[in-house]
Amino acid sequence: MIPENLRDHKHIAMLGALAKEAVLDRGELTMFVDAGSIVEACRSLRAQGFNRLSAVSAIDWFPQDPRFEVVYHLHALPMTGAGASERVRLKCRIGGDNAEIASVTGVWEGAGWYEREIFDLFGITFTGHPDLRRIMMPDDWQGYPLRKDYPIHGHKYGYAQEQ
Amino acid sequence: MADTITPNPAEATAPQKRLMTLNMGPQHPSTHGVLRIVLELDGETIVSAKPELGFLHTGIEKEMEAKTWQQAVTLTDRVDYLANLSNNLCYALAVEKLLNIEVPEKVKWTRVMLCELTRINSHLVWLGTHALDIGAMSMFFYCMREREEVLKIFEMFSGQRMMTSYIRIGGLALDHPRGWEKRVKAFVDSFPSKVDQYQNLLDNNPIWKQRTIGVGQTDIARLIDLGVTGPMVRAAGIPWDIRTSEPYSAYEKFDVKVPVYHNNDVYDRYRVRVDELRESCRIAKAAMEGMPEGDFQADAPHVVLPDREKMKTQMESLIYHFKIVTEGFAVPAGEVYQAIESPRGEIAYYCISNGGTKPYRVHMRTPSFGNLQALEALFDRTLIADSIATLGSMDFVLGDTDR
Repeated sequence: MIPENLRDHKHIAMLGALAKEAVLDRGELTMFVDAGSIVEACRSLRAQGFNRLSAVSAIDWFPQDPRFEVVYHLHALPMTGAGASERVRLKCRIGGDNAEIASVTGVWEGAGWYEREIFDLFGITFTGHPDLRRIMMPDDWQGYPLRKDYPIHGHKYGYAQEQ
Repeated sequence: MADTITPNPAEATAPQKRLMTLNMGPQHPSTHGVLRIVLELDGETIVSAKPELGFLHTGIEKEMEAKTWQQAVTLTDRVDYLANLSNNLCYALAVEKLLNIEVPEKVKWTRVMLCELTRINSHLVWLGTHALDIGAMSMFFYCMREREEVLKIFEMFSGQRMMTSYIRIGGLALDHPRGWEKRVKAFVDSFPSKVDQYQNLLDNNPIWKQRTIGVGQTDIARLIDLGVTGPMVRAAGIPWDIRTSEPYSAYEKFDVKVPVYHNNDVYDRYRVRVDELRESCRIAKAAMEGMPEGDFQADAPHVVLPDREKMKTQMESLIYHFKIVTEGFAVPAGEVYQAIESPRGEIAYYCISNGGTKPYRVHMRTPSFGNLQALEALFDRTLIADSIATLGSMDFVLGDTDR
């Protein structure tokens, strides 16, 4: 649901029917889109001036369902220096089993490493990613460290097992 | 016998392409840390470059979820070990926005001054090591000499040379030290003449120019697409600096001039950073001269630790002290994406609170990670000898990349 007072917001209007929910909190706009339409939403916003992808991050809301949120931080960078520098967030909710979302590397090449990082640390698969490998952890690492059910000290070095 | 040897027609027509795979790093001195690059070479030309990172991954984002909001400040120091105060500031601004507290003017101005000194510190290390890579050894000594003065200022303020943790949520860790103005003034007055020395050595140095002009060029639109920020963007003609485009922490009160060059090569990246050394020195001087009077912490007793004297004489202060130290302060639920201009480019902290006393999740958008992603594009079809100069001009810190 898009709240009444945000109906006329220009960035929400840019997305049109793709924006399912919107939140304006502390001056920062977050728009929720369906996981299936993320590439379309990014393409449309890029065409309307959001030329930069600042970052992609993810949040694990374990044990809630849907468990994950993938967050895209978009930035409209004025290339000539004139004009306002604006930011919005796009969010997709995805479930915990076989967590999967389409890659936006086709829209911004720079999404590549951010998606690899989320794949590595959260275990979310990005379909259509050209080079989806672990980036921070070793290739043979078991588990996804930034998930909330992954213990802070790791599985291997629990104090309980230490003698 | 000669007529029995008939060359294979397929072999004769297709020229043989022998590629060589070369492993650069993770202990190569010019990678400035532990970066490994797998290079495919055709003669001396780089055909493909695959960076491998993660050697310095220490799980800082995970670790932050186990600390209270204020304790996590100490981890932000360790992200980018050349821009500690910029990281402190970015995190503090994000959490202050979540808490909705306003810090006094004196705090804002001190933060500006220290962050500009941080920029000088970082650029000096960059200039020294970059010149060392290209072969100008004496630059390194001069830069380290001046950097020492900056580190002494940090030590004076916070007691630490590098891991300062001086900028805290709700203000500063301590009030200004006695005699700080004298030390800062001595530095900002003498520093411009030191920059003259650097420029005398390098600006018209034929070897320096040969190694850097026209090297490391790629289409700027592609670089921005790949996530490059900071001086690399400004060396390609785009006047983007977050200090002016989205001012934070009283930067709107300062006259920030953004140096812009247009060639998008290693030499112009050098010129942008040298100009920034002068600019930062000027801003730090303006902040020092106009430093407002006031308190060094916000008026927010539920966030900042009470005065020692009050803690021992007033019951309310004692209760606040006990609560802040034992369980930390609760931060209202919500999320903030705070971006600032670090010496390397756009650094942003995405802080998410669920209303608890510990961060639910902190994501760091670090400039080195974004800049390093352009490595493959910058190396493509260039000579291996130029790769060192290109790598240096990107100015990354591996701690910042791997977190």
